[in-house]
Amino acid sequence: MNLSLGPLLYYWSRDDVIAFYDEAKRWPVARVYMGESVCSRRHLLRLPDWLELAEQLAAAGKEVVLSSQTLIESESDLKTLRRIVSDSRFRVEANEWGAVRLLSEAGVAFVAGPTLNVYNPETLDVLAALGAQRWLPPVEMSHATLAALLERAPTGMETEVFAYGKLPLAYSARCFTARHYNLPKDDCQFRCLDHPDGLPLSTREGAPFLTLNGIQTQSAGVYSLVGELPALRGLGVASLRLSPQSRHLGRVVEAFAAALAGEVPAPATLTRFMPGPPVDGYWHGRAGLEHAGLMHISEKHV
Amino acid sequence: MPLDLICPAGSLVSLKAAVDHGADAVYMGFRDNTNARAFPGLNFDEAQAAEGLRYAHDRGRKMLLALNTYPQPDTWSRWTGAVDSAAKLGMDAVILADAGLMRYAVRNHPQLRLHLSVQGSATSYEAVNFYREHFGIQRAVLPRVLSLPQVEDVVKHTGVEIELFGFGGLCVMVEGRCLLSSYCTGESPNSAGVCSPAKAVQWKETPTGLESRLNGVLLDRYGKNEKAGYPTLCKGRFEVGGETYYAIEEPTSLNTLDLLPEMLKIGIAAIKIEGRQRSPAYVAQVTKVWRAAIDAVKKNADAFKPTPTWQAELNKLSEGQSHTLGAYHRPWK
Repeated sequence: MNLSLGPLLYYWSRDDVIAFYDEAKRWPVARVYMGESVCSRRHLLRLPDWLELAEQLAAAGKEVVLSSQTLIESESDLKTLRRIVSDSRFRVEANEWGAVRLLSEAGVAFVAGPTLNVYNPETLDVLAALGAQRWLPPVEMSHATLAALLERAPTGMETEVFAYGKLPLAYSARCFTARHYNLPKDDCQFRCLDHPDGLPLSTREGAPFLTLNGIQTQSAGVYSLVGELPALRGLGVASLRLSPQSRHLGRVVEAFAAALAGEVPAPATLTRFMPGPPVDGYWHGRAGLEHAGLMHISEKHV
Repeated sequence: MPLDLICPAGSLVSLKAAVDHGADAVYMGFRDNTNARAFPGLNFDEAQAAEGLRYAHDRGRKMLLALNTYPQPDTWSRWTGAVDSAAKLGMDAVILADAGLMRYAVRNHPQLRLHLSVQGSATSYEAVNFYREHFGIQRAVLPRVLSLPQVEDVVKHTGVEIELFGFGGLCVMVEGRCLLSSYCTGESPNSAGVCSPAKAVQWKETPTGLESRLNGVLLDRYGKNEKAGYPTLCKGRFEVGGETYYAIEEPTSLNTLDLLPEMLKIGIAAIKIEGRQRSPAYVAQVTKVWRAAIDAVKKNADAFKPTPTWQAELNKLSEGQSHTLGAYHRPWK
């Protein structure tokens, strides 16, 4: 089992993005997903810039995968998608079925992303026949459902599980960050730049609930499966996806690498670096905002 | 014919109301989580479905079966069984979201007409054409996220009929790509066929007002003169940056009567009315207004203007009693 660095879901300054991936070259991650997968208005790095960064990461020994945009709305979105697909240097993560069509037509192997909604082995088999070699379950999938699915998974299919970060939960045509600033989406003034870990949304009694990230809505809670490595290994999961955050991701990667090497994680080591409260309800078949597993681990360590 | 009117049937009574008031087709689901309105007391068993089909077919109307949740590994046969039933009963089409289930339908019932559900999240012609090439879908229901020019671009680049939502509840998120409900309650439309399930709802009168909660999470608090609506998660009031407001969407519903001439012009095949969970009286009234409006626009699109009576009728039925054109009208975004 190895580690993957998921695509950057936020909008950061060009310097911050370059610095982040510069650091990532030295992290013990096997694979790095790159590119803009959330909002086509984010342009501080355009596709050629991403490809140049991708070359650098590849030169540093990382397997690079380009993540396609999850919500395709316009011809210009499709144009970018076609350019990503036609770049033969890197594999592509398909995040909607238009990308699957183009990748299978091109006859290249691809990664089936978590928003393709693979909930059963039959759909995974459809994707395998089209060229998918690796896939991610929807982030809401529990350990029990994943186990049942993998019993009949196509042979050779590699499974990657979203294992750390705020959970990407929903996509909309509306930009909720622009809405917060009373700006129209077409003139959003790129306010996402002010929120490197998204814009926190709480209930009226102050409980952290969600995170607004442009057209994407994330959890406020930070998902972590660092305490579930034996179960993940038991399922034959190939990789764990760690999702970028603006600070301390290097420490998070270290903690996961140590856990993979056999160190028993003390929950506090990771929670210190989280930009929100820990959650893992989904893995246990419960509401996503619960954190059953963490309490379980704490009890074991008391 | 363009602009077929597709109406919701949560029960046999609603189905008859829709047919009697002019629906070209009704859509319904079986009484389990194979469809995205898996609510207690709603939907059809096989005998009721057969009776509904007879009622619709005797009057020259169609009946579509929604099987638009994602089959789970342990209960896969529940979904394939539903596809088998649809073929056996003679449904005019099944509305599917899952690629694996489409493959099953094509292999086992090649004569069965397939529609791509809105839950399939196809927003581009590349995605729509994918389902056409691999599974021969005849129609796709587009998520409520595209502007009309974007819809037109899809129509121009595919041979698949395009169906749009015209009226009813408004999903702000791309359908099939929203897990907010399971994050809060453990159950989402994709995997459980429900959003903000009623069993997780709690109402409580407090000194600061009436509170609505979903699995304990405070969704809203209503003052003395405020009307409290069903606590759908994305239509609550939340705090962002020190401000309390409808951070995602107001409790409003979709009404596209004004856009009918344009929808006709760009070649929309069908208009869908949301609301299988609504009452037969609701279905009757909405169907009646939309039948009249579609007949009027087809007769003379240039002179078409929704009448104040239609709008007043529809306003009475709307959630929060307010309307939006949603994403079809770009400024909404």
